[in-house]
Amino acid sequence: MKLNVTVAALICSLAAPVAHADLVIPWLSYRTGPFSPSGIPAGDGFHDYFSLLNERDGGIGGVPINVIDCETAYNTQKGVECYESTKGQGSLLYQPLSTGITYQLIPKGTAEGIPIFSMGYGRTAAADGRYFPWVFNFPAHYWDGASIAIKHILDLNGGDIAGKKITLVHLNAAYGREPIPTLQALAEVHGFEVDFVPIDFASSQEQKSQWLDIRRKKPDYILMWGWGIMNAVAIQEAANIRYPMENFIGIWWSGSENDVLPAGERAHGYKALALHRPGKGAPIFDDLQEYVFDKGLAAGTGEHAGTVLYNRGAYGAMLTAEAIKTAQEIHGVAEITPAMMRDGLENLVMTEEKMAANGFPNFGPSFAVSCENHGGGGEAWIQQWDAHATEWKLITDLIQSDKELINRLVREDAEKYAAENNIEPRDC
Amino acid sequence: MLYREAGEFRTSYPDDSQTFPIAFDKFRYYAILAVLFVGVPFIVNDYWANAVLVPVLVWSIAALGLNILTGYCGQISLGTGGFMAVGAYSCYKLMTAFPDLNVVFCIFLSGFVTALVGIVFGVPSLRIKGFYLAVATLAAQFFLVWLFNGVPWFYNYSASGQITVPERTVFGIAVTGPYTEPWAKYLICMFFVFVLAWLARNLTRSSVGRSWMAIRDMDIAAEIIGVNPLKAKLQAFAVSSFFVGISGALFFSVYLGAVEASEAFGINQSFLVLFMVIIGGLGSIFGSFAGAAFIVLLPVLLKNLLVGRLSWPTDIATNSEFIIVGALIIFFLIVEPHGLAHLARLFKEKLRLWPFPH
Repeated sequence: MKLNVTVAALICSLAAPVAHADLVIPWLSYRTGPFSPSGIPAGDGFHDYFSLLNERDGGIGGVPINVIDCETAYNTQKGVECYESTKGQGSLLYQPLSTGITYQLIPKGTAEGIPIFSMGYGRTAAADGRYFPWVFNFPAHYWDGASIAIKHILDLNGGDIAGKKITLVHLNAAYGREPIPTLQALAEVHGFEVDFVPIDFASSQEQKSQWLDIRRKKPDYILMWGWGIMNAVAIQEAANIRYPMENFIGIWWSGSENDVLPAGERAHGYKALALHRPGKGAPIFDDLQEYVFDKGLAAGTGEHAGTVLYNRGAYGAMLTAEAIKTAQEIHGVAEITPAMMRDGLENLVMTEEKMAANGFPNFGPSFAVSCENHGGGGEAWIQQWDAHATEWKLITDLIQSDKELINRLVREDAEKYAAENNIEPRDC
Repeated sequence: MLYREAGEFRTSYPDDSQTFPIAFDKFRYYAILAVLFVGVPFIVNDYWANAVLVPVLVWSIAALGLNILTGYCGQISLGTGGFMAVGAYSCYKLMTAFPDLNVVFCIFLSGFVTALVGIVFGVPSLRIKGFYLAVATLAAQFFLVWLFNGVPWFYNYSASGQITVPERTVFGIAVTGPYTEPWAKYLICMFFVFVLAWLARNLTRSSVGRSWMAIRDMDIAAEIIGVNPLKAKLQAFAVSSFFVGISGALFFSVYLGAVEASEAFGINQSFLVLFMVIIGGLGSIFGSFAGAAFIVLLPVLLKNLLVGRLSWPTDIATNSEFIIVGALIIFFLIVEPHGLAHLARLFKEKLRLWPFPH
């Protein structure tokens, strides 16, 4: 009898917990595993911003927000388990913070009518809203990133980079391979040489051979699509081969404090793209201090506030909150459904006034999402690491990617995806 | 009381050599099959199918495959992840190259492709044994994953190197792709599990299986009594890879829907299957299922218990999961070094005597 009760209790534990009425936003976090140094600050920022809205404004439109954490450890199978276990709780949208999990969730979310918001990651072709009605990757996606990095190099060289050698060091996963077609297309346009150095998951801590290879090839510029521990190791290895740091440019996922601090002074001058401003300058941090940290409600220790990835999490949360507000305005109800959430994301217009009103003045680019364009404006800054002051500094104005070329590539890839999966485009 | 064996007499050899010679076991088996095939599909929902049942079934097939090679034939393999990748990628290539071919055939065919690859990587087993063979199969693991990452033909030149399953139907019902009903997903896996477990059980008690076990127990003695080691070992590699290939194909097409070689089929998966086999019980069909269920379900169960019921923070819960699962594995192996299957066997013997033990 006792055994039966235990077995019954265990079987019940396998079943997912049930729903209650709030604005439910799942956060697929990774606070464990090799990618946790990146996952923790982003998760803290995301949580803290919604805690702030709950404390200060009583939620959004009077409805409190319930952020559900589900640990994935950056593992795709766990991500699927998280999606299945949380979707029944009224989840409004998914933000997997992992390109691999995003790939899993794109067909599932589309089939079940739950939007996926992959801010600056995921499948680039999802920027074409005609084929991917449920997926959003604004304010800029990987191919924008590649184009912006090349534009920056063009600016440095007076507009002519013919014959230059550019190497992409990338994680050998869907994420790292994303920019390859764009760089190949850009190489044809601008006449530079491009080659690729893939780094496997398993060997992301041991990159000696790849960097010896790079030292031999002497590329003029190195781009990096790395994540987790790979970034820090790559920057240290670049320092070891005395590669000039100002010619080494990472994507926005390879430009956090965690990545440059281990290399110390030698990381001085390393550049990365910036989706948003680094640092604690924005007024939002005063509110966070008053309503969240001082009340002991911080998701983490609060020490990450102002770091690049914390700001990324908070910025993503702010965009999500704005999309919820937009949805509430369109439909005139406070407790929205995932379908209304989708409308909110699709009609989101981010202006400087809105950002300033939220305490994020001049924090990110202004952009508007539309039925056709789910990828935003495709603008980013370049930030550079100052190892003496240990802070990131923006060194350019917002750079706009080569939209004409990028949009063509996005359309081609989206059409290919649609052909493989028998998807008819929507009318926009 | 459960087992009432009085009056059960077996009067012929076929009677005596049945898989379930005791009537109660046989009826229990039919009852379980009936529940699994007829009962569960009516109550299964998305969460149960995608997070609990389908992974257990898919991993069970992989564990069955490795159990044939390691448990029955005594050849240690660390190439399971790589062979699963062969199954997944050949399934993808077959599905995209022949869109009209029924997905069930695609999955079976990818099993055969994997069997061929398994034979190739099994050849070294004729010369090297034990841990050295494990290293040779490790080479298969790394080579195959590298191959599927490095040659764009395998992923149809997609931009990201991911393979995504197209939608396919069986009798007009979608079994792959995002619009698959949970019961269809579950049933297609259940079908493969049933057929393959039946095949494995009957292979292992045939002359083929006995030659494997002879090789396992002492290869020189086996050779002296007339077992051809070349044939037996390569057979074991082929059959094992066939199973593992089918599990890889199901893993990709039915369970996840999109995979990427280095993440989905890395060395971790090879170890995972090896642990399943060791914890479940080497040389046991039931053990493969028990081991797969233990390894797949325990983390999910602990997560729901710690995060869902007790509301622990997710990071502490995840780290505790590792500690608890690890401690349980050590505990089980100390208490029962022959795996969960042996534990079940002892339990059954006790039950047969209960309530009148001598």
